[in-house]
Amino acid sequence: MAKVMMYKGFERFWHWLQAGLMISMLITGFEIHGTINWLGFETAINTHIILAWSLVGLWIFAIFWHLVTGEWKQYIPSSFGQIMVMVHYYTIGIFRNSEHPFHKTVLKKHNPLQRMAYLSLHLLISPTIWISGSFLYLFHIIRETLGLDISFMTIALVHTAAAFALLTFLIAHLYLAITTSEKPFGYVKAMITGYENEK
Amino acid sequence: MKIRFLNSFLTLFIVCNIAIVHSADTDDVNHSTADHEKFKILQETLSTGPEVTKACLTCHTEAAKQVHKTIHWQWQFTHPDTHQKLGKKNIINNFCGSIVGNYSHCTSCHAGYGWEDGNFDFTIEENVDCLVCHDTTGTYKKFPLDAGHPAYEEKSYNGIVFKVPDLNYIAQNIGKTSRKSCGVCHFYGAGGDGVKHGDLDSSLFEPDKDLDVHMDVDGLNFNCATCHTTDNHEVQGSRYTTVAKDEHGIDIPGRTNNSRATCESCHGMKPHLSNANSKINDHINKITCQTCHIPEYARGGVLTLTNWDRSEANRNSPMGKLEWDEELIPEYAWYSGNMQFTLLDDKIDPTKPVNINHFSGSYDDPNARIWPFKIMRGRQLYDKKTNNLVVFKVFGEDKAAYLKSFNWNDSIKSAMDSIGADYSGEYGFVDSTLMYWPLSHMIAPKEDALGCADCHSKEGRLKNLTGFYMPGRDNNIWLDRIGWLIVLSTLIGILLHGLGRIVFNIKRKRSK
Repeated sequence: MAKVMMYKGFERFWHWLQAGLMISMLITGFEIHGTINWLGFETAINTHIILAWSLVGLWIFAIFWHLVTGEWKQYIPSSFGQIMVMVHYYTIGIFRNSEHPFHKTVLKKHNPLQRMAYLSLHLLISPTIWISGSFLYLFHIIRETLGLDISFMTIALVHTAAAFALLTFLIAHLYLAITTSEKPFGYVKAMITGYENEK
Repeated sequence: MKIRFLNSFLTLFIVCNIAIVHSADTDDVNHSTADHEKFKILQETLSTGPEVTKACLTCHTEAAKQVHKTIHWQWQFTHPDTHQKLGKKNIINNFCGSIVGNYSHCTSCHAGYGWEDGNFDFTIEENVDCLVCHDTTGTYKKFPLDAGHPAYEEKSYNGIVFKVPDLNYIAQNIGKTSRKSCGVCHFYGAGGDGVKHGDLDSSLFEPDKDLDVHMDVDGLNFNCATCHTTDNHEVQGSRYTTVAKDEHGIDIPGRTNNSRATCESCHGMKPHLSNANSKINDHINKITCQTCHIPEYARGGVLTLTNWDRSEANRNSPMGKLEWDEELIPEYAWYSGNMQFTLLDDKIDPTKPVNINHFSGSYDDPNARIWPFKIMRGRQLYDKKTNNLVVFKVFGEDKAAYLKSFNWNDSIKSAMDSIGADYSGEYGFVDSTLMYWPLSHMIAPKEDALGCADCHSKEGRLKNLTGFYMPGRDNNIWLDRIGWLIVLSTLIGILLHGLGRIVFNIKRKRSK
């Protein structure tokens, strides 16, 4: 067992900034949706737009970082069998205090279920939310200038559905990240300091 | 020290110059190249309106011919799309009904002289009234019952004394139109201050900035004609063919129709400062400027009439039941500009609210935008047998006038007969008629304009408009239910999972 730099500086910066932006956008988004009443519609939508642009900027850096460092390989899906091992662990093993079936290394820091979950976030939920979001933002141009006859309502509903998916992901992610380490908040601490024991 | 003195002097000099230039621009300086006091013909005794016009026409040879072509003279307008014959000459409203039967009273606001009945000759040039629009002295007043003539002998109406105007003095001081000259008719539509429009009343003679940013006497001080530009005496801006959506933008001479009667004519297609949120500029394709920039109408302290129930009229209450209000929130509708009217020939369904005027427009109509309206409501006379609206005689000296004999049957019969229209002899009242008046005046300072949440909320101003999805107001109830169900299930799921882990942990520790 050795303490290693599991999460590099940029990775941590990206993770936390993305977390902050997404949580803020969930709050402002649900205010625009009419669910909550806090900042007022105008402030909510202005903030939402500025945060959206910030997130797009962050994603450009993150995608570049993943590509040049090869970190994108961390998200290559595992075999079905391996995923089922994790499912078995979370549904049965964890209650019996069984040992975690996978060992974290710098080269393989995500377990098979995490790989699936993060890959879904990066390739499904996020793209849906930013494509639908930019369609809402640029609706005028898309409809008037490009002449694409798409319904504002359809885009808005897709955007809302993606927001629900993201909120669901966030809840599950927080639960697993906070409680499933050896000591509670162990993973959170690692995500802050970068250092974690490599087994 | 010297330099400072020189600086102060220069500053003072510049300030003075600006002040001079400024006052020359805004004060009542006559920019005309002709001094009408020097014209011999205007020094000869002028005792009637037509005599004045004859004198005007000796130099302005084409003026009456031009006026003859305009709606100010004809009170008739054939709609280019629907071919409906509109204009005051033809339409029915839910104020005094129609000019039919009430000519001499209504035509006191005609830009002409002598329209006393249906036989007025529209071809006579000297019957054009030049003075009502071009008087600058404020002393020219048309007598309310004399078919457009001023009082040629002193007389009174409703306790107001009408002195004989000095027509020579008025003619010698002729000038461009003003808020005053337009306002004497347009601010008093339907026979009284602010009665008809709600966004046009006597408070606009000398408005402050809060009431109207453009006409503010201490600011821009616009006249009506600053926006309602004219050519050949034809005035731009129409309620019958409203430019509900101006796509020309700023009107550059030579490229567009030289009309400044839309906001876009000066403010262009991107009127707001751009920031991260471009939505407010995008909105101009679906929302007219007036919708946000007239947060309330009838704001100048003058009440406007909102409901006129004629069924309550009798000898003791000759007008019936009138409801007045001010500082009103407009009602909103999709409007593409093609105003249509329910005319004398059109069948109505008296069991339902009847639209005196109506128009097309929807979210999907590329020519329509959301417009603010004053809706005038009323209980209105109709022919019970034929289900048509009727015209009726309110004013006049003969017994058929409602205000003389208080008999609706005689009043209707007289007016209908005069235009050869059939009347069954049995009248009733339509429970509710609605007349839509698009609002364009009383533009408030930008601080007072509507904010996003005035519409983007569940109970916002546009809650009754359908056919489109508006964030903050609309949602798909099933998407929300399913969404929250999944979120809630996840929460319960992790709670149970966590609880299970704790329980098993305790059990394990105990069994050790």
